[in-house]
Amino acid sequence: MAKGVKPRVKVPKSAEAGEVITIKTLISHKMESGQRKDSDGNVIPRSIINRFTCDFNGENVIDVTIEPAVSTNPYFEFEAKVPEAGEFKFTWYDDDGSVYEESKSIAIG
Amino acid sequence: MTFTRRETLALGLGAAALAAMPGASFASTEEAIAAFTGGAEVGEGGIELTTPEIAENGNTVPVEVSAPGATSIMLLATGNPNPDVGTFNFGPLAGSRSASTRIRLAQSQDVIAIARMEDGSFTRTSAPVKVTIGGCGG
Amino acid sequence: MKRIVLKGAALAALLATGALAEEPKLIINGEIELPTRVPAPSHMDAIDEITSGWVYRTKETQALQMDDFDNPGMIFVDVGQELFETAEGDAGKACADCHESAEEFAGLKASMPRVNEEGELESMPDVINECRTERMQADAWKWSGPEMSAMTALISLQSRGMPVDVAIDGAAAPFWEQGKEIYYTRYGQLDLACSNCHENNYDMMIRADHLSQGQTNGFPNYRLKNAKINTVHGRFKGCMKNIRAQPFAEGGDEFKALELYVASRGNGLPVESPSVRN
Repeated sequence: MAKGVKPRVKVPKSAEAGEVITIKTLISHKMESGQRKDSDGNVIPRSIINRFTCDFNGENVIDVTIEPAVSTNPYFEFEAKVPEAGEFKFTWYDDDGSVYEESKSIAIG
Repeated sequence: MTFTRRETLALGLGAAALAAMPGASFASTEEAIAAFTGGAEVGEGGIELTTPEIAENGNTVPVEVSAPGATSIMLLATGNPNPDVGTFNFGPLAGSRSASTRIRLAQSQDVIAIARMEDGSFTRTSAPVKVTIGGCGG
Repeated sequence: MKRIVLKGAALAALLATGALAEEPKLIINGEIELPTRVPAPSHMDAIDEITSGWVYRTKETQALQMDDFDNPGMIFVDVGQELFETAEGDAGKACADCHESAEEFAGLKASMPRVNEEGELESMPDVINECRTERMQADAWKWSGPEMSAMTALISLQSRGMPVDVAIDGAAAPFWEQGKEIYYTRYGQLDLACSNCHENNYDMMIRADHLSQGQTNGFPNYRLKNAKINTVHGRFKGCMKNIRAQPFAEGGDEFKALELYVASRGNGLPVESPSVRN
């Protein structure tokens, strides 16, 4: 697992049934592009988060394919429909095989 | 066709060096579009891309894209060494067919967004972004 | 062409409502309004009004600082909080073993740097490292290293909104004079003093960059340029390199004196740490 990777997500604590809410996510990650060279002129190997997904009660909200052109500390903002109370699950996939997860529950009413 | 000294050198060094040249990602932009659309015709309209006109730093450029009725939206940075930026695939619980992120732009260039719609058609838009360099070159 | 027409219409609408005359306001999380222009402290002759560096940034960069979730500097505040709770060193202590919470340090950033009981000018990393080496019996952190940057971001955030108020008289006076002298001295192959850009030419464009007054009330800050927390001394060093000068040492006497003088030019501006800059 890459060092110091920390996910952050912002989800409202509650919503009306069927409401559309805004979700913001951020994860601390260098997103080494594979385009840079170190001081000795050697290419620094690519090391990025290559996929991000958000699911609610097992159903998909968004699935993002990520390339090295996404900035350091990848940020995503999107909207989700909330049909019922339940749990959002957020997953980030690292090039090195690590998987970072975070979840947030939301109430109705 | 004339070449500058630098371009000639790059040619001599082969494809790897050529790929690093500004503008050289043109061909791969077309390839990336073809891979996404499967060669289908791409229309216009019904897709909105919001970018700053001037980005203070190319390291972190906020972009927002929205295409009602899209199942997925691909972003491309035509002036980057590799034009691929990412693709948003919307699931059944997507609240809208829109998303925002922050991207890297190596230089001033056009950013392209292409949406695959529910009926299988494609639509595109693009926006020019000027990328500035700090006062003392820093 | 369509774009231009639209812009003209938008402009007319703005003029009609008078919105154009209003400067954007720095309001964080829709709650905390931080003034970005205040009267200059009396020791400054050349400037009547001091301004936050926030006003010189584009609306996209400004927006990043207006929401604590959008502000990537907050990632490092979280890292600082983890470090605050982590025991290190032979004494087996964490910051949290002596200090109930980082909130205890509200006001510290606003008064830094300051002269300590030994008569030395100390900056926040000195205070943190004294705790580490003496109370925790741990190694000192590097001045602008990732741990120190995260910890100073956490501690500085506790003063957000409090006006900068560094002492410049009494025991601080000789350090302040030294810092002032550095501020007005030309250095490097470009032969520039801090004042040439940040006093004589702020609000002008230096190539594509909008020059600020070089205020430090938002430090440590998150810069888009390197996507990390930057310290004041790190920024001074960057400026000196840009003007092709040999930088002073981070944590050294010259930069601490300059830090005091530059901070005093911001006396009255609210602490914005961690601010977001280009």
